Amino acid sequence: MNKIFAIGKVVLLEMYRRKDFYVLFIVTALITAVMGSVTFFKDEQIVRYLKAICLFLIWASSLFIAIGATARQIPAERESRTIFPLMAKPVSRAQVLLGKFLGCWLACGAALVIFYAFFGCVAAAREHQWPLANYFQAWSLHWAMLGIVVAMTLFGSLVLTAVSSNITITFIATIAILLVGRHLHQVALTMSEPSAIMITSLYYVIPHLELFDMRDLIVHDWPLIPWGIWFIALVYAAAYSALLLLLSWLVFRRKVLQ
Amino acid sequence: MSVILKTEKLRVEFASREFRQKAKVALSSLDLTVNAGEIFGFLGPNGAGKTTTINVLLGFVTPKSGAAYLFGIDVRQPIARQRIGYLPEMTYYYKFLTAEELLRFYAKIFGLAGAEADKRIDRLFKLVDLEQARRRLLKTYSKGMQQRVGLAQALINDPDLLILDEPTSGLDPLGRMKVREIIQRVKNEGKTVFFSSHELGEVETVCDRVVIINEGALKAEGRVSDLVQKYQTHSLEQVFLKVIGYETTSSAGAPVTTGASKA
Repeated sequence: MNKIFAIGKVVLLEMYRRKDFYVLFIVTALITAVMGSVTFFKDEQIVRYLKAICLFLIWASSLFIAIGATARQIPAERESRTIFPLMAKPVSRAQVLLGKFLGCWLACGAALVIFYAFFGCVAAAREHQWPLANYFQAWSLHWAMLGIVVAMTLFGSLVLTAVSSNITITFIATIAILLVGRHLHQVALTMSEPSAIMITSLYYVIPHLELFDMRDLIVHDWPLIPWGIWFIALVYAAAYSALLLLLSWLVFRRKVLQ
Repeated sequence: MSVILKTEKLRVEFASREFRQKAKVALSSLDLTVNAGEIFGFLGPNGAGKTTTINVLLGFVTPKSGAAYLFGIDVRQPIARQRIGYLPEMTYYYKFLTAEELLRFYAKIFGLAGAEADKRIDRLFKLVDLEQARRRLLKTYSKGMQQRVGLAQALINDPDLLILDEPTSGLDPLGRMKVREIIQRVKNEGKTVFFSSHELGEVETVCDRVVIINEGALKAEGRVSDLVQKYQTHSLEQVFLKVIGYETTSSAGAPVTTGASKA
């Protein structure tokens, strides 16, 4: 476990010392702050729309961080050849993969804490309330969902040669799942065979990332989801992340490094 | 004398990216044996298969057939690398880390932590003369300094076998001298060094035994003095040229074993 944590720590240090993520955070924070300080048409209800926009920005930024940071990990190690001194140590390829996953996922979690805390402060300044449990559920499920995205990107980085193609394909796949994932089985009903069976199969195979979207919970101040459901969603995310990591390992374990 | 490193009929092929092209044979039936405590020179022209052999030994490449062992353990198992140190041809380290952070990271990979790791890191920075620069980011280091950090990371686990892939390539005379000094010091401590290099003068000075490979196959093996005598030449460089077939000789192309035999 120590080896996995050591590799994860190096990933975190790299992200901490890179400047591009700070730019992303500053832009998101600025937009959130501006939106939070404006009252359109003296309508207090407008705050819901502002919250929805700010949460959308947080989701978009978190996806950029998760996919952008993870897609670079293995290809950058191979390109800069830092993977050679590392793999010459008594570390297995599975440990390298898990370390990379852990580092990226923890970085996403830390970024989300900052984003949600900042959003909470701006929202509290307008509404004078702190729905902490709601924020916790939204943050934890969002983070769990990013675990699947990170594992998916890691898998892509081993299958696809170019970092840019991995970023593009993973981003499109993630957005597609978020937008149309839940409707796939309904679409299948309108189709003839064999397309219908293919689309239905796809519906059951893809990770349903939209299940983790708790933005409405915060925007409309809805009550908490039952903790049992919350826990099942976390297990669901863990299972998909593990499956994608297993697939990544199957690809990586026999890959020639030179 | 115990065998530290052994390869048996090692064959490596790389699939061609071209349609219907045959796979390229990088190594064909390579047998190597390195004994404890010796400095072993691994020579060959560019493309001979030196780096591929090292890559197999480090588990980067899986051989098509044959086997390789470090300390009697199959190289495909990560634990086989517990007692080795590796210095690549070029310095490839995380530029966003300081030298101290890099050594601490590798120490953790070897399961070293706390006071023991601190003590070893201090000793290594002293050995490679980088005590003053240990907290600087690696991206600010010169090539010579990076190579010395490379040596420090290769020694972090106090290895019994040091694998050096052209360690003095691109270094100034002072840097080369420093690397040679460290190799000698490692040898004096009874460690084994597996040393790949194009600097034949250096190999002649440092190595106990050498192997010359060409086109993926072993061509000559033995003590430098024995090889010079065998090929009736005056230096290792001339032996090397004869063995790889640069000069027309009757013996070139045929594997020749002289002096210290395989264990």
